[in-house]
Amino acid sequence: MTLLEVAGVSKVFPGVRALDDVSFALRPGEVHALVGENGAGKSTLIKVLTGVYRPDAGELRYQGEPVSFATPMDAQRAGISTIYQEVNLIPLMSVAQNLFLGREPRTTLGLVDRARMDREARDILAGYGVTTDVRARLGSLPLGAQQMVALARAVMIDAKVVVMDEPTSSLEPREVETLFGVIQDLHERGIGIIYVSHRMDELYRICDTVTILRDGKLVHTGRLADLERVRLVALMLGREVSDVRREGFTVFSGDHAAADDTPILRVSGLSSRNRLHDISFGVRPGEVVGLGGLLGAGRSETIKAIAGAYPVDSGEIEVDGTPLRHPTTVKAVAAGIAVQPEDRKAEGIIPGLSIRENIALSILPRMSTFGLVSDAKIDEIVDRFMKRLRIKASSPHQRVGDLSGGNQQKVLLARLLATGPKVLLLDEPTRGIDVGAKAEVQALIDELAAEGLGVVLVSSDAEELVEGSGRVVVLRDGAVVGVLTGEDVTTESLLATIAEAGA
Amino acid sequence: MTVLAVAQRRAGTAFQRQGALAVLAVVVLIAFGAFPNFRSLDNAATILVAAVPPMLIALGMTFVIITGGIDLSVGSLYVLGGVLAAWASQYGLLAAIAVPLAVCGAIGLLNGVLIAYTGMAPFIVTLAALLGARGLMRAVSDEGSTTYIVQNDAFHALGTGSLLGIGNQVWLVAIIVLLGMVVLSRTRFGNAVYAVGGSEDAAALMGVAVRRTRIGVYVLSGLLAGLAGTINAAKLGSGVTVLGAGMELDAIAAVVIGGTLLTGGAGTIAGTVAGVLLLGVIQNLINQVGDLNSNWQQVISGAFLALVVVAQTYLVRLRRT
Repeated sequence: MTLLEVAGVSKVFPGVRALDDVSFALRPGEVHALVGENGAGKSTLIKVLTGVYRPDAGELRYQGEPVSFATPMDAQRAGISTIYQEVNLIPLMSVAQNLFLGREPRTTLGLVDRARMDREARDILAGYGVTTDVRARLGSLPLGAQQMVALARAVMIDAKVVVMDEPTSSLEPREVETLFGVIQDLHERGIGIIYVSHRMDELYRICDTVTILRDGKLVHTGRLADLERVRLVALMLGREVSDVRREGFTVFSGDHAAADDTPILRVSGLSSRNRLHDISFGVRPGEVVGLGGLLGAGRSETIKAIAGAYPVDSGEIEVDGTPLRHPTTVKAVAAGIAVQPEDRKAEGIIPGLSIRENIALSILPRMSTFGLVSDAKIDEIVDRFMKRLRIKASSPHQRVGDLSGGNQQKVLLARLLATGPKVLLLDEPTRGIDVGAKAEVQALIDELAAEGLGVVLVSSDAEELVEGSGRVVVLRDGAVVGVLTGEDVTTESLLATIAEAGA
Repeated sequence: MTVLAVAQRRAGTAFQRQGALAVLAVVVLIAFGAFPNFRSLDNAATILVAAVPPMLIALGMTFVIITGGIDLSVGSLYVLGGVLAAWASQYGLLAAIAVPLAVCGAIGLLNGVLIAYTGMAPFIVTLAALLGARGLMRAVSDEGSTTYIVQNDAFHALGTGSLLGIGNQVWLVAIIVLLGMVVLSRTRFGNAVYAVGGSEDAAALMGVAVRRTRIGVYVLSGLLAGLAGTINAAKLGSGVTVLGAGMELDAIAAVVIGGTLLTGGAGTIAGTVAGVLLLGVIQNLINQVGDLNSNWQQVISGAFLALVVVAQTYLVRLRRT
């Protein structure tokens, strides 16, 4: 018997066929991976299953009965819970209040029974490895613990189906283990789980079944263990297995720097409070220098310090031979440094504005004549970058917030490039975007370096770092502990250097 | 997180919650020493009685602001409520109370429905209601030239009587404030109010009836403003048409001084009570200093407000790090 299924579902948006005759079935106790590139239709399918969208064609069946959910609340009441990628709780309210909101236990007088609510919240959360003061504001908890509260809440509502959209993206390794334990438990209780993630290791570890979507169509569904990893990627991307084998999972092509060039960016003796200690390295035009290391090693701080967004106590930064004294963000930009921050949502793009406006933001200051800017000039530049970076959108006037993660990242890159930088600082440029878009962004980074930009790349993905960089500077606790060059730039030596430094 | 940071954060939260109360205590202590006239039961009663209308209005405003909204119509509703109560008193005690409450509650309902269903900004909707209610009051009172005298002795007696030496209206407000505290902190509706202000989208996904909650707070705010006007009419024995301009801003100031975040999601009624009393005491003290123009009260209230907002901004930043 299937728990939740759709048969022949289609959903059309203006100009896009988001789902085309897709069928999907979830059995009780099954952990079902839903994979595909961004824009493949995963989110649309989830939204159809959870009552956010109603399908244009096809049928939704829940526990054998045809159903139609008017709102997400209806689906939730029926037992279909969703945990979104970004935690959807109320940070200013207490942990217990968040857990019980709308279902608070009440005393005989009809008032909220706080003592009981706190006690029960403590018991429930202990089962998720969260031992915290349940009266504390939710916002004061680490992101991982917040995610656990969201999960606990979702499961509490007598859920029969739990949809998890990239649940591990904000979790620490230890928390991921707890999450997997909870999933195992749900699996044993016969709850069906739809699991969306880009992390192959996780999928193969916990999922029984997989459904692969591409361009709104179903391309494969079946037991995950029977599907080779490389074949999964090939199906997702619509490429041949042999291509994937040959090209690897990333598409960087190698080094473009001439060894005798003078560095376009030179950092020496950079120190900041107790976070950065005497960091020195150089980047030649056409070179991609990776910053390696574990979380908290000082990679993002180094990038921010160069960009003038992190306090520096001592050290020198030189761009194209010109020293950058007392760097501020304005001075850094003027000197030709463009930085792509780690959190593109919070620090990068402005989702409510259009692609055109987002790109134009950065060029306005240098393009205006007596404070006036020619529209035609902006159109020309926007058009050029949209073509060059292959930004997929219905028009330059589309809201950036409506684009896929990969295209948002490209808009951000376009904005940086429009300033005509000499040095590009990229902090996790492919985080949270799917395999296909990842390859495109990587190819772009490669092209940009080939055109003579100096690039500093931070990535937690060791493979991406190694394949993308000509040289890797390894950091630990805010200090340089090794530099990998030439033949040494391999995942093994990177991990060895990080590990050695730790010993 | 270090012990120091935790302590700092706790202190910060405590200040946000109880800051107005602490400042109130300090000001009262100083006043006790410096102004002999301040130290009398009579004076304390004066302060409390004067604080009745602002307390009711600020109470409703606290609910509204916690949902992340604002209600600018309350000053007008206060005046309208007073005029209507005085006018309706000719039809008996019940009418004198029911008519203003019904009309002000209905205007609050209109505010809430427009805000909840059309997505219009609360600022604009309640600004329109401010103008509309003022127009209605002028229409009822012939451009403000007719002052209705309270015709019903029982109604007037309610406003002027006292129990155990404390005016009836002070008792009534005390009960309403206590009820408000229970509603806000111990009911599902109260939790929904915090949830809507904390994150509307998350609240909706968590099954909170966002629209109903929004409508509820504006109805409450309208009712309390109308009640404040009614009580005032009962006390004065007439519907005064010229009071109440700017009352909405005083109420907002008291709520914010009391530690409620203007961005919504956090705040307490205890804080609002302290905020209202603090503004009342400052007014009272300035009246005691004979040669100080009472306009200085507004300057000092303004300065307090600015200080509190600066402190709040700082605390929010402290909590994020």
